[in-house]
Amino acid sequence: MNRAEKGPGKWVIISLVIIYTGILILGPIAALILGAFDQGLMPVLRTLGSNAFLEALWLSLKIALLVVGVQSVLGTVVAWIIVRHNFWGKAFLKSLIDVPFAMSPVVVGYMLLLIFGRNGFLSPMIEDLGIKVAFAPPGIFLATLFVSLPFMIKEMIPVIENLDRSQEYAAETLGAGGWTIFQRVIFPQLRTAMIYGMTLTFARALGEFGAVLVIGGGIQGRTETATMYIFRSLDERYFVEAYSAAILLGSFSVVIVLIADEVKRREERRKSREEVEERI
Amino acid sequence: MIVEASLVKRQRKTNLPHYILRASGLLYIGLMILIPLLVIFQDGLRQGFSELIRQVNLPIARHAIFLTLWTSALMTVINAAMGLATAYTLVRFDFPGKRLLNAVIDLPLSIPTLVTGVMLVMLYGPQEAIGRFLLEKLNLQIIFASPGIVLSLLFISFPFVVRNIQPVLQDLDQTQERAAATLGANSWMIFRKVILPALVPPMLSGALLSFSRAVGEFGAVVIVAGNIPLKTQTGAVYVLGAVESENRLGASAVSLVLIGLAFLVLAAANLVHKRWGAHK
Repeated sequence: MNRAEKGPGKWVIISLVIIYTGILILGPIAALILGAFDQGLMPVLRTLGSNAFLEALWLSLKIALLVVGVQSVLGTVVAWIIVRHNFWGKAFLKSLIDVPFAMSPVVVGYMLLLIFGRNGFLSPMIEDLGIKVAFAPPGIFLATLFVSLPFMIKEMIPVIENLDRSQEYAAETLGAGGWTIFQRVIFPQLRTAMIYGMTLTFARALGEFGAVLVIGGGIQGRTETATMYIFRSLDERYFVEAYSAAILLGSFSVVIVLIADEVKRREERRKSREEVEERI
Repeated sequence: MIVEASLVKRQRKTNLPHYILRASGLLYIGLMILIPLLVIFQDGLRQGFSELIRQVNLPIARHAIFLTLWTSALMTVINAAMGLATAYTLVRFDFPGKRLLNAVIDLPLSIPTLVTGVMLVMLYGPQEAIGRFLLEKLNLQIIFASPGIVLSLLFISFPFVVRNIQPVLQDLDQTQERAAATLGANSWMIFRKVILPALVPPMLSGALLSFSRAVGEFGAVVIVAGNIPLKTQTGAVYVLGAVESENRLGASAVSLVLIGLAFLVLAAANLVHKRWGAHK
């Protein structure tokens, strides 16, 4: 147990931290909320209902859902082989997973442009297949996939490490095959972490801007995502549009992550209760 | 024990699904991360190392890299100090609103960085009340100037140091502190000699992590700083400009500098974590 400290120093530090957090984080959030509703609710609703915004949002949602789908399968596979398999180069693979965290989104977009753009090194092949990647939705998809890659894997690794292997062994002794063991024994234990990882991936994918700007080009009605809509509105000095879209995107991301946090916390509470009951 | 031994034996018995799983995981990471990295390294060094140095040394590029470095470094120092104070407050003190403070710290992780930029402009922009006050009364320009860059970097990286220190402080054995108190040490001496040494490694690794994030930050910075060469253009924004003006040599060279910096600092953060972070 940590003892709660007393004394005059305590309140100095507490006030300092609260003022810092207030100015740094709550102040800007309040400014966005107040500014967006400056002229009432109607202009905000008009923006959120406009075709241009809905098209951009729809593209963002489609891309984000697709990215979450790929990441939840392949991210779990990568986490699984990192924990359970032993192979040459595993340490290198682990360090590669951190790369998207440290990479500037603009550079991510630029790398994809070097591969798929004009004179890109895979462009001839892609063109022969009749697929357009740069300045098209597939490029946005790849960029978003890159930047959101670590989230699922990082979430799954500790959970897979903590799996109780005796259950898998018991299932195998009873004659279950690999797929049945996964479906009946392993998957139920991974489910909560998967939902959490998927939510983080979704929020990250929805908010991506730099990489999709470079590879997608932000062509209105074709490759404009929700973040690019905000950027263009600011650029064209349509402030109400920019602020309304920003408030929707920001609050949506925050709310889904809060819900996922709550799901995770409940699961942890349930687990610790079960452990106590087992001990009794 | 028997269970464990037979599991190990089973693992060595390699089968087809096992290999398919491993191959798909490796292929995914290889295609997604390794190939883009190799492509940009190849492109940046295409004209030789001396051309890379020349590109980075051009006045506009050099200024952009230097601006990125000093704003990130300043952010890292402030973030380390305030992160320590915030973590200490959350673990050791009880006060009304503590749960709210704890929740606020995670907000920057789920708010898209572009939205962060919009928020800061709405609070400190020259047309807004607070921004105008600071500009006219204190002659302090925040938006389209370096203070805005530092503020947006502080916003996005606030959780890194706090969340790194918090668990370590929570698990810290307090008998040493009580012993020091019995021996007559005052609370400042106890903090400096007993508590701080244990918190320096997580603080350092968190600070380095936030630095590596800041070096590549784009979404918030491009809104807050604008894109004024030789004044407020950071490295990532320079890359965007170079890509748009088809200055491929410059884009690749500055990209490589940003990647190199971020990787170096990330490696240092991992080293600190591995070397000093494991013990409790």
